Amino acid sequence: MVGVTAPAIDGQDHRDEVVRAEGVAKHYQVGSNLIATLRGRSALVKAVDGVSFTLKRGESVGLLGESGCGKTTMGRLLLKLVPPTSGSILFEGRDTATIDGADLRAFRRSAQLIFQNPFEALNPRLTIRQSLAEPLENAGVPRAERLGLIEEALELVRSPSPAEILERYPHQMSGGQLQRIVMARALILQPTFVVADEPVSMLDVSVRAGILNVFRDVRERLGLTAIYISHDLALVRYVCERTIVMYLGRVVEDGPTEEVVHEPLHPYSKALVTAVPVPHPDQSHEALPIHGGAPDARNPPSGCRFRDRCPHAFERCAVEEPKPIQQGNRTVYCHLFDS
Amino acid sequence: MTAPLLSIRDLSVSYVVGNGMVHAVDGATFDVPAAGIVGLVGESGCGKSTIARALTRVVPKNARFAGGEIFFDGTDLLKLSEGEMNRLRWGDIAFIPQSAMNSLDPVYRIETQLGEVLRQRGGLSKAEAREKSEALFELVGIEPRRLRDFPHQFSGGMRQRVAIALALALDPKLIIADEPVTALDVIVQRQILDQLQALQQRLGISVILVTHDISVVAYVCDRIVVMYAGQVVESGDTRTVLTAPYHPYTMGLYNAFPDLQSSQGILTPIEGSPPDLSAPPSGCRFAPRCPFVEPECRATEMVLHEVEIVDGPAGHVSACRRNGDAEMLRAKASEVATWSA
Amino acid sequence: MPSETATTTQAAYPSRLNAFVSGLWRIVRSIHLPLSDPFAMIGIIIYLVFFLVAVFANQIAPHDPTEILFTESYDLAADRLPGEDGFVLGTTSLGRDIFSQLVYGSQSALLIGLTAAAVVAVIGTIVGLISGYFGGVVDMMLMRLADIAFGIPFLPFVIVLAAFMEPSIWNVVFAMALILWRDTGRVVRSQVLSLRTRAYVEAARVSGSSNLKIVFRHIAPNILPLSFLYGSIAIGWAILTEASISFLGFGDPETISWGYMLQDAYASQALSTGAYYWFIPPGVCIVLVVVAGFFISRGYEEILFPKLKE
Repeated sequence: MVGVTAPAIDGQDHRDEVVRAEGVAKHYQVGSNLIATLRGRSALVKAVDGVSFTLKRGESVGLLGESGCGKTTMGRLLLKLVPPTSGSILFEGRDTATIDGADLRAFRRSAQLIFQNPFEALNPRLTIRQSLAEPLENAGVPRAERLGLIEEALELVRSPSPAEILERYPHQMSGGQLQRIVMARALILQPTFVVADEPVSMLDVSVRAGILNVFRDVRERLGLTAIYISHDLALVRYVCERTIVMYLGRVVEDGPTEEVVHEPLHPYSKALVTAVPVPHPDQSHEALPIHGGAPDARNPPSGCRFRDRCPHAFERCAVEEPKPIQQGNRTVYCHLFDS
Repeated sequence: MTAPLLSIRDLSVSYVVGNGMVHAVDGATFDVPAAGIVGLVGESGCGKSTIARALTRVVPKNARFAGGEIFFDGTDLLKLSEGEMNRLRWGDIAFIPQSAMNSLDPVYRIETQLGEVLRQRGGLSKAEAREKSEALFELVGIEPRRLRDFPHQFSGGMRQRVAIALALALDPKLIIADEPVTALDVIVQRQILDQLQALQQRLGISVILVTHDISVVAYVCDRIVVMYAGQVVESGDTRTVLTAPYHPYTMGLYNAFPDLQSSQGILTPIEGSPPDLSAPPSGCRFAPRCPFVEPECRATEMVLHEVEIVDGPAGHVSACRRNGDAEMLRAKASEVATWSA
Repeated sequence: MPSETATTTQAAYPSRLNAFVSGLWRIVRSIHLPLSDPFAMIGIIIYLVFFLVAVFANQIAPHDPTEILFTESYDLAADRLPGEDGFVLGTTSLGRDIFSQLVYGSQSALLIGLTAAAVVAVIGTIVGLISGYFGGVVDMMLMRLADIAFGIPFLPFVIVLAAFMEPSIWNVVFAMALILWRDTGRVVRSQVLSLRTRAYVEAARVSGSSNLKIVFRHIAPNILPLSFLYGSIAIGWAILTEASISFLGFGDPETISWGYMLQDAYASQALSTGAYYWFIPPGVCIVLVVVAGFFISRGYEEILFPKLKE
């Protein structure tokens, strides 16, 4: 897999691209039993609907959005855990749909997932050593070399006293320790691309910071390309230099995190930034610019999906889907910026 | 400060687990003023939810009240009979659980469930109950026609509003909300918090907001109670506690929080993990993780002391032995190196 | 999986064997015999007693169960009461020793019970694992087969089968293999469906584990107690069914079973003559073994669904 150069489809150089998503969509049929179909109730949820972006080597990108916006599905699509309904995902120049057999195993080695819930990501019946050895077994690493690699990986994630925890079972450990082990397992085969799916949302505040710091350091040290999926802009800002904001299966804004935080362009990004609570009691609070909750994903509004909650919506928003518009370093999907 | 609505004095609650006891709450003391929002904040296992449940005396079978008093409007709740307590529950003290869906019966319309409470407990007639239900829904910002809906037809945020409406049904003086916005998205979370604050001010009631998120406390709470390992380590006016904390744990918790507005520094974790509450360490429970620990800290039991603040609001207490050095500790606590073991 | 086997080299063989042994040990451990439950313990003890009786039947039984016995004065030793002439439980109208029949009956009971349980558990578990893990067309076909199996009335099916084939105790096992895997299969499948979505199963997939490895390492160990639960229920079913078949006269006259004893007693009017010593012991034995099976399965249920205790 490594060393495959991307064909220059559009005459541009794609060699520093690790991941390229082109019009990726994932639709799920819900309530698709016979009776629901007869009653016309069977519906299509467009969890991800036409998402495009590219990730450059060594980039860390936050995938930000509320529950149901499709960010987790997008992460699973990038790792070939579910196939896309349409569109394509290129990993190091190759369409992931065509990867199989030995190539698939090589892909699994280079693209890894850090799970949200460390309490569930490890098999409760296996010791930490067995769990960490599994990817090594699969990659054909000789038995004699495994322990060394396991210890190395535990050191990388700054797991305290690695020698003692190897023979323990997951239930004997705290959430923070477990999440370090989950990270160690993801990193043990030295992947080039990592998707982290809300890795600290299940953890206590005082241990969160430690995990985030490890993530930041490891990413820099190994030059990883990373996607950090989260609903928390403050966390994304801490670990990612670029942020992609999603709403109901679509990208609404994509650009440098600092710019998104300090001067959000899309009305939805603005609402998100305003809503994030800050730990200062003195902070003046702007009133929330939008009302209501996200609409039913089975029946999203026509045109711009955000228009029914948007304070700036006008006629065009209802009839035309917003196209990507370049604004400096950022891409925004909103008719307001189409001059 | 006028007489508090609720006074918790030296409250201890333990759970019988196997052959041992887990001292989930150990000598907690704090006040809830009449009219105001108090944030009860701490990490998982610190005892905040146990206190929330202890206040309504609805606790798991293996829980034991090991001591202390809970004065509500002057009466000790722990001395009331079960029948007297039942009248207080919901009537004067209402509870909003974390997952409102679980407190609603999925097979009945909201109208039926709310109406039943109003008629049986509130003694209203059918027509009055109907009127009151509509008023309650309007109060929490839901269209009254949605009373006809079933619980599953409401989204997460809407369910939380329904739960607030249910809690307000019998005009309580105190509402206890256990992590009411934890499962919600930021925008909905903000909407619910705004709603809760507006209602509190309009009705002049008291609210205890149990949460792990100090930014939620900073946003809506007038007072904050910080808990660690079953004990209250610091409490007082939200502004003074968060801007000038006296307890190292409060300082550490604050440093560990990512902040969207300020220029980004490095987040500092608190190394180690909370103590095992079946055999808590002697002396200060935070001592094993505290960067400012002195040998005496492990020998002296934690006691809440009023800290002296020049022309600040009264009632700021901290359980740290080194309250006198707070200014110096605060300066040190803001440095990352202090916290790395 | 083909690529998996392709990369298996000679050098890797010993470690594979090691892994297999440790895997086997993990499976044995994960059966979780319900030893802490007193009822399950009683069940296990009952099984153990019958097992020993069956194994040492030749030593325990004083006579051949089919031999027609005579007294020293060459009288037919028929309809002897318990204790009379040294017959512990008396004799049948044809002069056969009831105690010996009872002892040998435990052999066929356990043989049928255990093989039926094994067959039902193994077939059901395999079907459930495949159906639940792979889903799709395979799942649909297997589950439609299960639907058909659910539609067939069990006892009449065994009778028809016994009528078509040579009378043999194996008819019961065969019928159970054809029909009763449906319950195990369904339940195992639903369990696999929920296990399949566990984060650690997905984690194994991301780390490059093959389907076979995921099924055996991460899913099967959680299924085994369920298989054993259904296996232990099947023991009782098999013995009851065999007894019913024999009682109705479709059994194998060459093999002594408790059901055959009941049928023999019934046909010889033992009920009307009040020869309780003839029909009560086999009845009690059937009840004991079946109840023991249900005690054990109850123990399993408490392990599998701990909330039942409250």
